[in-house]
Amino acid sequence: MPKQLCVSVSALALAAVFVSQPTAVSANDDLAKLAKDPNQWVMPAGDYANTRYSALEQINKTNVKNLQVAWTFSTGVLRGHEGGPLVIGDMMYVHAPFPNTVFALDLKANGRIVWKYEPKQDPNVIPVMCCDTVNRGVAYGDGKIFLHQADTTLVALDAKTGKVAWSVKDGDPSKGETGTSAPLVVKDKVLIGNSGGEFGVRGKVTAYDIKTGKPAWVGWSMGPDSDTLMDPVKTTSMGKPVGKDSGIGTWQGDQWKIGGGTTWGWISYDPELNLVYYGTGNPSTWNPMQRPGDNKWSMTIFARDADSGMAKWVYQMTPHDEWDYDGVNEMILVNQRIGGQERKVLVHFDRNGFGYTLDRATGELLVAEKFDPVVNWASKIDLKTGLPERVKEYSTRAGGEDKNTQGICPAALGSKDQQPAAFSPKTGLFYVPTNQVCMDYEPFKVAYTAGQPYVGATLSMFPPKGKDNLGNFIAWDATTGKIKWSIPEPFSVWSGALATASGVVFYGTLEGYLKAVDADTGKELYKFKTPSGIIGNVNTFSHGGRQYVAVLSGIGGWAGIGMAAGLTGDTEGLGAVGAYKALSNYTQLGGTLTVFALPQ
Amino acid sequence: MHRADRLRCLAALTGCLIAITAPALTDAQTSGQPSADDEKPYRVGSDGTVDWPTFNGYRRYHASCHTCHGPDGLGSSFGPALADSLKTLPQEKFMEVVVNGKQDGEKKMPALGTDFNVMCYINDIYAYLKARSDGAIGRGRPAKYEKKSEEAAKAEETCMGSAR
Repeated sequence: MPKQLCVSVSALALAAVFVSQPTAVSANDDLAKLAKDPNQWVMPAGDYANTRYSALEQINKTNVKNLQVAWTFSTGVLRGHEGGPLVIGDMMYVHAPFPNTVFALDLKANGRIVWKYEPKQDPNVIPVMCCDTVNRGVAYGDGKIFLHQADTTLVALDAKTGKVAWSVKDGDPSKGETGTSAPLVVKDKVLIGNSGGEFGVRGKVTAYDIKTGKPAWVGWSMGPDSDTLMDPVKTTSMGKPVGKDSGIGTWQGDQWKIGGGTTWGWISYDPELNLVYYGTGNPSTWNPMQRPGDNKWSMTIFARDADSGMAKWVYQMTPHDEWDYDGVNEMILVNQRIGGQERKVLVHFDRNGFGYTLDRATGELLVAEKFDPVVNWASKIDLKTGLPERVKEYSTRAGGEDKNTQGICPAALGSKDQQPAAFSPKTGLFYVPTNQVCMDYEPFKVAYTAGQPYVGATLSMFPPKGKDNLGNFIAWDATTGKIKWSIPEPFSVWSGALATASGVVFYGTLEGYLKAVDADTGKELYKFKTPSGIIGNVNTFSHGGRQYVAVLSGIGGWAGIGMAAGLTGDTEGLGAVGAYKALSNYTQLGGTLTVFALPQ
Repeated sequence: MHRADRLRCLAALTGCLIAITAPALTDAQTSGQPSADDEKPYRVGSDGTVDWPTFNGYRRYHASCHTCHGPDGLGSSFGPALADSLKTLPQEKFMEVVVNGKQDGEKKMPALGTDFNVMCYINDIYAYLKARSDGAIGRGRPAKYEKKSEEAAKAEETCMGSAR
């Protein structure tokens, strides 16, 4: 590529963005301002609150049916494409799964490539990625693009040139530690979480200095207070102090050191409270018999001070997990009226099938209801204790080793996985991509070997009895915990949603459709079949006065591994679904970005 | 790990391989099937009931191997379909690759010789994949299987016990 040209194009692109920004302003102020500009999409979830909402209105309920493909771009990579592109000024930044290529595309020239970055990574990392070699996207801040590579390297690239500014290794892939999550830039720090809960990796979130890449703080999911950054008195759970070394006390011996609780989902941030929020994943192993205790703080919502990392409050949703219900899904921060009172809430749709609404300042649990009626492992969540009321029939712990506990809903995939929901302040509703899959779960003995799978269970997955759809796209009222409407989908909805001010909501399907629906009713307004199944997140931006909608397609991820080859078996659930066909009849691998707009 | 350590480790694991194989062989010999079937590492009854080692192989495969080699041994873009490979790949070669790993350009099979979750059950995993390869069992979890024998439980205890 002619070097001179790249520089001039990108310099122009960025000049437009930064022209009015004083240099003393921190990256966070820049970002916070940029995030308010609906023409751009500057962070993975659109904004710090993770709402995936856009104020753009050019594409509306009436004209969305006319949507056309404006341009497309192939990433040249097979396998699952999660996450989505960023748009900053005239540039779009697109990422790919392993080898984690990043492209800077010029929006003034239908996506001409300005620069490309492809890290050299040891392919040994591939076999230690549990659920495909996905990557959930890059972050922007301080004139840099941050990429969290599969081999755990966090690299800062000059947004104009793609040149490496700094690079730091976050973990050790030879011990099964990998990187899949999107970073989040908060003030003068870049935050990332780790992956590897199926390899006995201990979870942590690390904040790196945005200028140098030096670690500022590390908050572990388990361990002594000095590791978890907890204060025995000031850090609370359900309103009570957590006590000394709460990240050790509920584990047998040293098991917390290989305890999992990885942090591979999304991070959100409330600038007023100065708190960052994220969830921790499953405790290792999947065999609950081998790790007695509550296994704190796996399966937990964390609220940490953005500057120091100190935990303000925690809430463990699924103590002593028996089903692999990771708690990593996004935390959406909104203000809503609950019980006649305006509350600053955090809304979270957990893998375990419950939609939680908490006070995000204090961690008080306000609402916890099933967002899929088929959920059966627990009858309810006790709002006073925060504990789920478990149903013994579906307890794999009660079943024991080498026993197949049958008909558990949801499956380990969760009623919803990492694919993020959207929130519209206009309707006050959440738009949630969900899975409707149940499972049989058989735990068995495993031994820990560093860098080797530490799973300890085998699963069969199938649709619930009497159902023939594996997913739903729902609208949820978080103030009452009720489903407003629900669109059945033949396969799990594994794509992040987008809500817009014009009352149009977008999502993708595993067969590859991009769909637009009415935010009030769920009525389908438009669909288009992209080249491969969609597990990426839809976003929107405008450029040159024209609104665009963009989505990555490229089947894969956990859904791709478990489903691309088709769910089969002699399970009753499947027997009831004669019409069920393998996903491979609908779609094939391949990463493509498709950008939509109205005809001019 | 140093080579010497690794060899010691392998020797220990091979010991448990033999231990865990023994009951399977005994079962096959006492089941009175023709000698041609005796050479097969799995047993599938007329009602589809599979022997314990084959069922266990199904479980262990789907815990340790399937993210690269695909569900039911069907392969993926990273790992070959072992249900196909075993049509031509001899058992000794299969074992060698599992123990020592293999590099094929960007594609890398890790060495699993020190992974107890694989090596304690490698014959079971082989039996399962061979049954898939021969078309003796279909996709998904075998619906019916024999109970875990006391010998299998004891062998597991011995082999996995050495991991702790």
